[in-house]
Amino acid sequence: MYVSVKGGEQAIDAAHTWQAALRRGDAAVPEVSITQLREQLGLAVDRVMAEGACADPELAAQALKQARGDTTEAAFLLRAYRNTLPRLGASLPMDTGAMRVERRISATYKDLPGGQVLGPTFDYTHRLLEFAAPIAAPPVEATEPAAAMPRVSDVLAREGLMARDAPSDAEPADITRDGLRFPADRSLRLQAMARGDEGFLLAMGYSTQRGYGNAHPFVGEIRIGAVSVEIVPPELGFAIDIGEITVSECQMVNQFAGNAEAPPQFTRGYGLVVGRNERKAMAVALVDRAQRAPELGEDVKAPAQDAEFVLYHCDNVESTGFVEHLKLPHYVDFQSELEKLRSLRARWEAERAS
Amino acid sequence: MMHAEGLVLRFGAVAALDDVAMEIHPGEVLAIVGESGSGKTSLLRVLAGLQPVQAGSVVFDGQEVLSLSDAAKRRLMRTEWGFIHQNARDALRLDISAGGNVGERLMAAGARHYGRIREETAHWLRRVEIDPARMDENPRNFSGGMQQRLQIARTLITRPRLVFMDEPTGGLDVSVQAKLLDLIRGLVAELGLAVVLVTHDIAAARLLAHRIMVMRHGRVVEEGLTDRVLDDPRHAYTQLLVSSVLAA
Amino acid sequence: MTTGYNFAYLDEATKRMIRRALLKAIAVPGHQVPFGAREMPLPYGWGTGGIQVTASVIGSDDRLKVIDQGADDTTNAISIRRFFARVAGVETTESTTEATIIQTRHRIPETPLREDQVLVYQVPMPEPLFKLEPRVRESTKLHALAEYGLMQVKLYEDIAKQGEVATSYNHPVIVDGRYLMSPSPIPAFDNPKMDMNPAIQLFGAGREKRIYAVPPYTRVESLDFEDHPFRPIRAPHACALCRSTESYLDELITDDRGGRRFICSDTDYCAQRQRT
Repeated sequence: MYVSVKGGEQAIDAAHTWQAALRRGDAAVPEVSITQLREQLGLAVDRVMAEGACADPELAAQALKQARGDTTEAAFLLRAYRNTLPRLGASLPMDTGAMRVERRISATYKDLPGGQVLGPTFDYTHRLLEFAAPIAAPPVEATEPAAAMPRVSDVLAREGLMARDAPSDAEPADITRDGLRFPADRSLRLQAMARGDEGFLLAMGYSTQRGYGNAHPFVGEIRIGAVSVEIVPPELGFAIDIGEITVSECQMVNQFAGNAEAPPQFTRGYGLVVGRNERKAMAVALVDRAQRAPELGEDVKAPAQDAEFVLYHCDNVESTGFVEHLKLPHYVDFQSELEKLRSLRARWEAERAS
Repeated sequence: MMHAEGLVLRFGAVAALDDVAMEIHPGEVLAIVGESGSGKTSLLRVLAGLQPVQAGSVVFDGQEVLSLSDAAKRRLMRTEWGFIHQNARDALRLDISAGGNVGERLMAAGARHYGRIREETAHWLRRVEIDPARMDENPRNFSGGMQQRLQIARTLITRPRLVFMDEPTGGLDVSVQAKLLDLIRGLVAELGLAVVLVTHDIAAARLLAHRIMVMRHGRVVEEGLTDRVLDDPRHAYTQLLVSSVLAA
Repeated sequence: MTTGYNFAYLDEATKRMIRRALLKAIAVPGHQVPFGAREMPLPYGWGTGGIQVTASVIGSDDRLKVIDQGADDTTNAISIRRFFARVAGVETTESTTEATIIQTRHRIPETPLREDQVLVYQVPMPEPLFKLEPRVRESTKLHALAEYGLMQVKLYEDIAKQGEVATSYNHPVIVDGRYLMSPSPIPAFDNPKMDMNPAIQLFGAGREKRIYAVPPYTRVESLDFEDHPFRPIRAPHACALCRSTESYLDELITDDRGGRRFICSDTDYCAQRQRT
């Protein structure tokens, strides 16, 4: 009977078993451990952590393994898990100015307080496949504790050349609890992009450089490193340090022509991403600046400037779900379409005959 | 029908409207003339409730327009009022048939009988001299003049009492302009419409308007019956405007 | 996996938030209420909205039925039923009459519902205007002002260009004379069942984070013209298994020479009829 093609319990179980077998691969090859993934595929783990919106390399590595290396699927696993965790409170704003920096570069100043710190990067590698066995763990000299490293945006602001973003003590919206609302304020936009799809945001940021959004960006500063997270437990009433997380921060400097109220000055595009991912931090900073167009009285013409368009489509857990749901049966709707099409064709043929 | 006073609108340091007053009566055509930047289009947008002001009042049928809710303003705009844009493409839906464009206002006002909507639409297409046989075509390929006539049919089908027109013949060929002005004049007279017409075209104002307001730098410099203002301009700026059109 | 999760997966604070949205939705029939949809362990677009609604209203003494395309045995229906059996330990059933909560994708059961039943729809796109106006800020305004002329223009265009209304499923409805609402992608055939239905009808859209509802005995009218009335369609055949000429039918291709047969999409209804 044809009803059987509608699937059934056995089909699901069999599919899961097969998937598990493929995940393991050739049983003669040793199984990778979660620790190996965390240590040796750190950037993939960081991407999953950011898009999964959960700063936990261990869990991200586990998700990556379970998803057979599919970072989108892994991010989804992690999101679904973090969603079940209780929300104990909000941290104090992190001070990235006090970051334990492992990389800090500026494209706007050759030298600046605290200096340029190249840090670990692929930037100046030659992209040649290393057919020879890679060298086992080269020694790294411990870096000296960095001198004070003021943020470039603060340096510019002190001179009055950088528009100051009005500080606010208002509790920011929480995208994980309330979802997106429009008009979306900047905190909501930055949150959405922080966990948005890297590829999508990269393309959006790129588009602003190609004339779709009128950007004239400079990398004021990129810094990557560990930042303390502090909370104020209500029962204590003062801040305590609950640990460190690694983040990537990018501050893009853009020109602004000024208007009747404000003199010509620089404006900032800002991107902050959990983990090591400066490509995404840069993309977010570009798109952030593009989305400030209405606030700065600029025309909104390009896709990247359209907050609704970017934010509704940057979340890969949402977009992959909806794109892939097309695999689900649509027999009923398709049947209606069939009948409708037959009806329309009958009408068309009758009209042509008459 | 509508009167306004003390309208003040500033963009930064620039005053678009500086203590402007006006009034219009049922069935009257009022032309607001002036060069670009004189504030005439700003005034039209303020009167139509599309642009908030820093000070002043606009009263339509005894109610203050400027303090109406969005909902009430939009309701007025689909019933008692109409707005003809300079560029028909700003008003039309180019991916919807000509008939759909004209019938939209009827449907927005609650019409739910397809046959009667078609009849009414065909009637209005005829009135603006568009062949009803082209009703199901998309207006994208219509000429500029035809698109403008379609916009007029779309606006007038719900029989508004007051119509705002923003340079309705701007951007069209001179020969097309004359024909369109003639059509507008006929419809306005026949329907007894009140019209606030913004134009920089003195000839258009002379043809359509009962009364003229001349604006410059956000102020009304002269106002009066059309023949009086154009034949015997008192303000130096009006004299300049009139002489430049005569010279042209 | 059951251990370590709350009853019906969601924590109680989240359920309360969703119930508040549901109450508001019932109070304003057909109006879309934004809610803080959570990531679920099933993908967006696969019923997360419906699952969150079900999880928020289900109790341990409920009997749950899950259908997809009208059938209890489609893979996604099985997957969701298993999910609730696992995280809520509730009884499940395939019988429409025995169920207290029915979660559905794309169909309304043929068997009439009762006052003590809740029908939970999975909704992929809650905004009926999205194809005409993709901007949420603008469509929200159109709802607030009840400006639905645009939707009527769409139907007008269908008739003008094709001779009839072209939507065969997800045909928009007006709820209680006020809000334009997407009935979710149910076939137009099912639209009349929504009208004055004794059951509570709840709609959950997870990815779009909206909830809406039709309270019991509420008017639900399908958009149409007086002279082109709404016409629900079904394949003009009898079910090959139960001979019903009233139910909605699936069309099955039986060979590659154009052979086909028609059977009820509602598996429970069909099985009942075959038994009697």
